[in-house]
Amino acid sequence: MTQRFHISDMQETETAGALTKLHPDHIKVSRIVALIWAFIPTLLALAIEAAQLFGEERILPAGSFLIPILLLLVFLVIMLPVRRYNHRGYDMGADRIRIVRGYLFHSDSIVPFGRIQHIDVDQGPIQRRYNLATLTVHTAGNHNSTVSLPGLLHEDAIAMREEIRAHIKREAL
Amino acid sequence: MIEPHTDAPAVPDDAAIEEERHKLHPLGLLVNFIAGLPQLILPIAAVLFAARKNADFGSSLVIPIIAAVLLISLFFRWLAWTRFRYIIGEEDIRIESGILNRNARSIPFERIQDLSIEQRLLARIMGLGEVKFETGSGEGDEGKLSFVTVDEGERLRELIRDRKEGAATGGKPAPTKELPEGTLSFERDNTPPIFAMNARRVLTLGLFEFSLVIFAVLLGISQQFEFLLPFDLWDVGSWIGVVDVKDIDLNAISWTARIVGIIAALGSLILVGMATGVIRTFIREYGFRLDRTAKGFRRRRGLTTLTDVVMPVHRVQAAIVQTGLIRKRFGWHALKFVSLAQDSKEEASHVVAPLAKLDDIWPIAGEAKIHTPADATVWQKPSAKWWFDQWLMVTPLIGAGIIALMVFTDAGMKALLPLSLALFFAVTLFLDWRSRFHARDDSQLYARQGWWRPRLTIAPQVKVQSVDIHQGPIARMRGLAKLKFGIAGGDLEIDGIPVIEARAIRDQVLAEIVQVDFAEVNRAS
Repeated sequence: MTQRFHISDMQETETAGALTKLHPDHIKVSRIVALIWAFIPTLLALAIEAAQLFGEERILPAGSFLIPILLLLVFLVIMLPVRRYNHRGYDMGADRIRIVRGYLFHSDSIVPFGRIQHIDVDQGPIQRRYNLATLTVHTAGNHNSTVSLPGLLHEDAIAMREEIRAHIKREAL
Repeated sequence: MIEPHTDAPAVPDDAAIEEERHKLHPLGLLVNFIAGLPQLILPIAAVLFAARKNADFGSSLVIPIIAAVLLISLFFRWLAWTRFRYIIGEEDIRIESGILNRNARSIPFERIQDLSIEQRLLARIMGLGEVKFETGSGEGDEGKLSFVTVDEGERLRELIRDRKEGAATGGKPAPTKELPEGTLSFERDNTPPIFAMNARRVLTLGLFEFSLVIFAVLLGISQQFEFLLPFDLWDVGSWIGVVDVKDIDLNAISWTARIVGIIAALGSLILVGMATGVIRTFIREYGFRLDRTAKGFRRRRGLTTLTDVVMPVHRVQAAIVQTGLIRKRFGWHALKFVSLAQDSKEEASHVVAPLAKLDDIWPIAGEAKIHTPADATVWQKPSAKWWFDQWLMVTPLIGAGIIALMVFTDAGMKALLPLSLALFFAVTLFLDWRSRFHARDDSQLYARQGWWRPRLTIAPQVKVQSVDIHQGPIARMRGLAKLKFGIAGGDLEIDGIPVIEARAIRDQVLAEIVQVDFAEVNRAS
């Protein structure tokens, strides 16, 4: 049976409240990662700035390298992680997992448990400090065959893995 | 393969089901180390080169440097080895690895399609083998144990089979009814093929496969052997010079002669392109024959290299019916099957009918349990806003082009070029928008797109792996979204539809598919 879609027939199925937030420590982890990435550009900016300051001739006013870089740093390290955190969320349904992320480039993925091939729980060195982990589910596909969800409490990630695994086991029976 | 396995109780008793933790075989360390030696040549060479520059200490340090590089490599391999273990659980195999980044992977027994044991020469000498678990996910590399003893590999294979069967039948192993793989190639050879192409059909296909690749090849060759030519290939002046030498005054050539010359040049270009297409097609598709065997499809084709491919029916994930602007006029279409396996480097999907009428195509698709869209199917279109937004996105580029032209050249007339480009994009994007349709029925999803190469993708909903809804900044403002269905081996995309429609389709499809497990979908029936 085919249906024609009418706007009036459709209801908003997305309810923002239904999403589970990541662990707040995920913000800290993202900040540390951003800091590590920012290290070399900052060093470069400092070097150029110093060369300008003590050099023979000044072409640009002082701080014209450092200030933009510092502003960018403030955005990347302080603001962006919070912003990204606020737009990330997941929902463990009875038979599916939903992962939502991004504001400017918003994406909303759903993977039914029955399609999951295997499950990874990863922990990077910084994540380990905060006892966080990344859960990655793999499906048999090329497009989007892996969907990962960072910023979960390690125990939660393990519990989610067990839940999905139990579901796969039940389904296959 | 006939397993020596008898009907002795294969169910492991409860004691055996408890978790086993294993490490890889220590000798595997040596195998990996030796196999990895070629990768170390470069770093060693780099270090030696650096040392060579400093002549007085270069020669004395060669051996210590090589030893140090080797030792460091061995040390890290050893470290990785100590941190690697695999655990055979009740329902899954877990692989824990990683020195700094710990990775714990769980592969449920139900998902393991195949366990292969590969023995290369060196491993073979030491009685070791590399065990690979294949689950049929996109990456291909799902789980690898390199190396364990061959006995351990065999034991794992048995164990997985037992546990899998134990799980499938609720504890009791079912007798295996699997036919040996090799029987496929010679069975049912006498039955007529479900699709075949004679030489005439191959020729027709070749004419459509117009290709100018030969010019690229010629260009490459001419660049390689340019020094052999008596004149500079790229110097147009000398070309004219060639004409001049023969006492022909260029200005004396009449306009008609010029036009005839251009037409002749174009004609020969088309002729060469067609000839290339025909030759290439003959080499690839000659003797095309598709058979329906007991387990799946068998395709044979080729003139010089004969290929013989077998595709199990249950592995077919989606079908693509493709045509071209011109071949559509003659009613010619091609049928491809999307599956996890790749046809060739150039082609992701398996071509099962390169050139056929739709009446021939639908029965083949039917064999793969994919049916035609019903006449009553209601086709939906993407929003017209989407077409406009797409066009709007290319205008900044065109605008930049106009400005660049204004700045760097003085003629205002040149602005016509970017303007015509804007028009070109408006028209092609409109044609693209007009060609897009999508629909959904009880069991299948349909997406039509493309005006130059129109194609229809048909995916059974149960074969959908994941559903995504994407929104970029512009789409978000306009309330539009891209709906993307992940399929094993491809995807089905519906772009530019209202976000509420996308969500509604997603919910309907999900309601349909969560009821069926993927293992069920892909099980051979």
